[in-house]
Amino acid sequence: MFGYILRRLLIAVPVLFGVTIINFIIMRMAPGNPIDMLVSPKLPDAAREAKAIELGLNDPVYMQYWNWLKNLVMHGDLGYSMYTSEPVVSMILERMGPTLILMGTALVLGLLIAIPLGILSATKQYSKLDYIFVTGSFLGISIPNFFLGLILVYVFAVQLNWLPSGGMKEVGADGGFGTLLMHMILPIIVLVANVAGRNIRYVRSSMLEILGQDYLRTARAKGLKEVFVVNRHALRNALIPIVTIIGLEIPILFGGAVVIEQIFSWPGIGQLTLSSIMNRDYSTLMGLNLVAAFVVIAANILTDIVYAFVDPRIRKSYVGGAK
Amino acid sequence: MESLLSVKHVTTAFDTEHGKVTSTSDVSFDVKHGETLAIVGESGSGKSVTALSIMRLLGKNGHIAEGEVRLNGVDLAKLSDADMQKLRGNDVSMIFQEPMTALNPVLTIGYQLVEAIRLHMPLDKKEAKKLAIEMLTKVGIPQAERVIKQFPFALSGGMRQRVMIAMALVCKPKLLIADEPTTALDVTVQAQIIRLLHALCKEYDTAVMLITHDLGVVAEMADRVVVMYAGQVVETTDVYTLFEQPLHPYTVGLLNSIPSMDFDDKELQAIPGTIPSNYNALPGCRFANRCPLATEYCHSNKPELMDTGDGHLTRCFEWRKLQQGGHLQ
Repeated sequence: MFGYILRRLLIAVPVLFGVTIINFIIMRMAPGNPIDMLVSPKLPDAAREAKAIELGLNDPVYMQYWNWLKNLVMHGDLGYSMYTSEPVVSMILERMGPTLILMGTALVLGLLIAIPLGILSATKQYSKLDYIFVTGSFLGISIPNFFLGLILVYVFAVQLNWLPSGGMKEVGADGGFGTLLMHMILPIIVLVANVAGRNIRYVRSSMLEILGQDYLRTARAKGLKEVFVVNRHALRNALIPIVTIIGLEIPILFGGAVVIEQIFSWPGIGQLTLSSIMNRDYSTLMGLNLVAAFVVIAANILTDIVYAFVDPRIRKSYVGGAK
Repeated sequence: MESLLSVKHVTTAFDTEHGKVTSTSDVSFDVKHGETLAIVGESGSGKSVTALSIMRLLGKNGHIAEGEVRLNGVDLAKLSDADMQKLRGNDVSMIFQEPMTALNPVLTIGYQLVEAIRLHMPLDKKEAKKLAIEMLTKVGIPQAERVIKQFPFALSGGMRQRVMIAMALVCKPKLLIADEPTTALDVTVQAQIIRLLHALCKEYDTAVMLITHDLGVVAEMADRVVVMYAGQVVETTDVYTLFEQPLHPYTVGLLNSIPSMDFDDKELQAIPGTIPSNYNALPGCRFANRCPLATEYCHSNKPELMDTGDGHLTRCFEWRKLQQGGHLQ
């Protein structure tokens, strides 16, 4: 098992570099450049040229990538933002917290809702309750995040004035846990509607497949109460495919942050990404790409590890493979 | 002697998209303390449904529509779900046809056995584990201490069926329902499993309701036999009479379809045709369309179970012909 994880980690390193190379090339192929965003078009060409040399934009593209990589590997440094001149690492770290709070809460809450409702929906298949849950989950998946977000802002912030329309705290105020919570409610509702909606269906269909299995009849024949048959014997098996889906959902959530954070002015990674793209802030974008690639790879490895925990057959093959 | 299990006029029905469908009708038989009753019949004759009706494990669409199932005088059809749960695995337990899928793949053998033990016995985890190891050793599993830590996928079909037997018998039930326990196993393993079942049930004084279509298994294990066809009991007798003097043409057909090793040139006998799918709607005997003895009368009149003497029951108008003429063919 340990050997297996180590191997996965080692493979992850070249993958990460591959992702950064591709990102770098695509980014440089896109039209526009940071100079246009930084310097007034009225300035003489000489001044533009001087800025370009300062930022290293006149070097050959492969040299630019090499310099970026050298800095990262030798010094753990992602360079400075071409737009704000702040260190990229500190910019990302500063934005990481808010995004993790938002996405983590949404994922946990979404699953806490989806798993019990999915189980209930499956065990009471074709009942009224089942129809209500399935319809609800369908709505949750179908309504686009930005649309639901805008409706919520309109109703609860603009019309009713119950909740703030965006940000993490009031302008100028220090903010505490209470205000953070108030600011989180609307974006969390949007994200949870989506996460729960998707997962209710996954849990339900996974559960339905397991509920017809022979070993549940064996469990019942032992005299086990139905509650335990479902929650001990069936759920353990139904969770195996769910684990994979949750693993895939972490990067999706991370990407979904771009839209949600923009609507709710949430000062997170998503907002930073969008503004960096607007500003053609190459160095910050490279840093963000690296983080995104890392999240995807980490989520995948984590999924495999959790997979082994829930499925002994997989665990066995890992142990065998590590020898 | 009072019967341990008494199934009386049980009709089992399923709710389907096309309305209520009757699967077995008017099934009656008794199992006495410590005896082995075999239920024989081809696929679709209602053997398994009868077994699951007794266990009340038909699923949410199936239920006992009529009749009663008495275990030690208590009508199981009328018990609450909670009371039925207390009975399952303790007074009456069951082993299934397919050992490869009957054990939960993500729980260890030990967990599944200990769970069964602790549901019905006031033991702590350690004592239950000790009993589990003892029981596994008893059913012939080598290195039981190691096996309880393993997951089902590590065991062969025969080993898994031994685990199922251990799990079913660990609480020393009064009745064991074995639903084709050897059908899915290799021929060499079949005999071992049957002998093991036989020996353990004799030791625990557990009555067995053995469902099978293998008449060899019947000869090996059973005291009495119930023959089922198209959801009905067609013949009930002791095992010797069944082989010597069967009084239902279907039973005769079953006996004739056992491959013979004696003559190379003897063709394998089969009962022509299949169970009619609309058997509930037939006006006459359900076997009539495949029966060599069937008359006009058989096609338009429903036979009841008739006592031919000594408790030998048959559902055939023409049984006297069989009695006089011996075997058909």
